[in-house]
Amino acid sequence: MPTDTDHYESSVRERRAETVAEFKSHKAGPLQRVQHALHVTPALVPLIVLLVSIIVFGLLLGSRFFSPFALTLILQQVQIVGIVAAAQSLVILTAGIDLSVGAIMVLSSVVMGQFTFRYGIPAPVAVACGLAVGTACGFVNGWLVSVMRLPPFIVTLGSWQIFLATNYLYSANETIRAQEIEAAAPILQLFGAKFQIGGAVFTVGVVFMIALIVVLGWTLRQTAWGRHVYAVGDDAEAAQLSGVNVKRTLISVYMLSGLICAFAGWALIGRIGSVSPTSGYDANIESITAVVIGGISLFGGRGSIMGSLFGALIVGVFSLGLRLLGADAQWTYFFIGVLIIAAVAVDQWIRKVSA
Amino acid sequence: MSIEQKREPILKGRNLVKRYGKVVALDHCDFDLYPGEILAVIGDNGAGKSTLIKALSGAVIPDEGEVYLEGKQVHFHSPNDARHAGIETVYQTLAMSPALSITDNMFMGRELRKPGFRGKWLRQLDRAGMEKFARDKLNDLGLMTIQNINQAVETLSGGQRQGVAVARAAAFGSKVIILDEPTAALGVKESRRVLELILDVKSRGIPIILISHNMPHVFELADRVHVHRLGQRLCVIDPKNHSMSDAVAFMTGAKEPETEFEAA
Ligand SMILES: Nc1ncnc2c1ncn2[C@@H]1O[C@H](COP(=O)(O)OP(=O)(O)OP(=O)(O)O)[C@@H](O)[C@H]1O
Ligand SMILES: [Mg+2]
Repeated sequence: MPTDTDHYESSVRERRAETVAEFKSHKAGPLQRVQHALHVTPALVPLIVLLVSIIVFGLLLGSRFFSPFALTLILQQVQIVGIVAAAQSLVILTAGIDLSVGAIMVLSSVVMGQFTFRYGIPAPVAVACGLAVGTACGFVNGWLVSVMRLPPFIVTLGSWQIFLATNYLYSANETIRAQEIEAAAPILQLFGAKFQIGGAVFTVGVVFMIALIVVLGWTLRQTAWGRHVYAVGDDAEAAQLSGVNVKRTLISVYMLSGLICAFAGWALIGRIGSVSPTSGYDANIESITAVVIGGISLFGGRGSIMGSLFGALIVGVFSLGLRLLGADAQWTYFFIGVLIIAAVAVDQWIRKVSA
Repeated sequence: MSIEQKREPILKGRNLVKRYGKVVALDHCDFDLYPGEILAVIGDNGAGKSTLIKALSGAVIPDEGEVYLEGKQVHFHSPNDARHAGIETVYQTLAMSPALSITDNMFMGRELRKPGFRGKWLRQLDRAGMEKFARDKLNDLGLMTIQNINQAVETLSGGQRQGVAVARAAAFGSKVIILDEPTAALGVKESRRVLELILDVKSRGIPIILISHNMPHVFELADRVHVHRLGQRLCVIDPKNHSMSDAVAFMTGAKEPETEFEAA
């Protein structure tokens, strides 16, 4: 191999005479700088979209929209989706997807209600059971994905049906009415409790959603587990080779996702007052929408959980804003569809930084 | 060499077999690494070199055969097991998470936590400590022109990435360091730095397994050369007694070695 030998000879002659070439990054254009900033802070796009849409609707609608009451109303309307989107974000960060989030949520809420009213179990214990059921559902998903190595889409497509059917069979399609709950087990409606600060109205569920996102965001950034979640989503094989326990990380993510969905189920009781096996059926699509608009890559390993909250809020702002404008509700879906496609296009563009 | 032979190998493989379906990547392969030496492993593409070192480092669990570390049989179930035992590997694919930072990658799977309550109970990472360590190690290597230690690995050039991977192995390896083509993507000067690093590691008394297709590098550094062919160890040669063309002839099957231990 003459070329190798040539290189070798010349490199021996040079040895350490020269310092290693310095690469000063040439002056980046404004577009590249934007691309770089987004690469580092992926939640920036949804944040800007959120702020701009609030301003635009505020200008169009004035104080009908731009008031503490209306803005906190949006928070209340997105609380369930926001909590479920947090669970969905974790799974999507590992390059998975969880179609069963809505089913886990409803099943958990039904367990909380039925355990209290059918078996007379003290409500706090029933709530704990509901949270355990949600976690167990997540474990089943996680085990099938990590140990059996089945694709997450297929696993959760199946478990979605299974959990939902279980929910209907177990509850016998029976709704527990709000008045009954209020009288016998108000703790089930805890997340619906309201308090006011000025004109702003908050619920426990809203506070929980925000606290959850903040805690998860911190955990993902500041702990080894969080780094492992990103590494697994980025390149599972590389993560395994560099010492991450990929199976354990995946199972923990799906279990945590199940637990969060169970909390969403609890919050759902607070929001609608009753326990209904038919509620929250579209939580999976709404949560995926929030995550995608929030700039988390469906290919895994990229994005921040804060983005999903912004994504959920963007949807909330559009729904309320367009409704107040008197527009047909279909316009909301129309714009959400545009935002989803735009978000994916931006994600692709950001990834080009690496090239 | 007779002294070498009486010494117990620090890392030893016997009868290693690994099949991928019909492909036999390792066919009853033996392997010996002696303390303090640089052992080069050479062989054609697909000869099974990477599979061999993966079987030694826990990344692949061999179908048959045994691995011994310091005379004791070991059963590595994951790369982490091998790392805990002091074997550090730079894989051919580098095994890095492109979207994560240099620091994150260097400490993947062995993160440092903050002292006190925040580390113990909140399990918070000691970012400052890890960043300082990573920066020092990259400076030691002298092959880094990296401005920001928190830059994502995917924004590095191929050679810089390889440098980070080598620095990671050199920083943490305590018993054996395995390098699977560590200079493949590097320029001439950067390769030179890696070769110097290898010698530096050797001077710390840590033995190195170096897989390389670059014969001048192999013959410059190696104490012994393991020639791999068709999933087996064909022979081990002493680079002082053989020429590069001999080695290439063995490797490609153009010439048969007289005994397995030509070097002995
Ligand atoms: N994960 C795998 N699945 C199937 N076959 C594999 C796998 N890994 C390796 N092989 C096969 O095993 C054989 C040995 O591969 P290996 O990567 O060990 O070769 P190598 O000597 O490292 O080659 P190179 O010099 O190209 O890196 C090849 O025929 C390869 O196709
Ligand atoms: Mg190889």
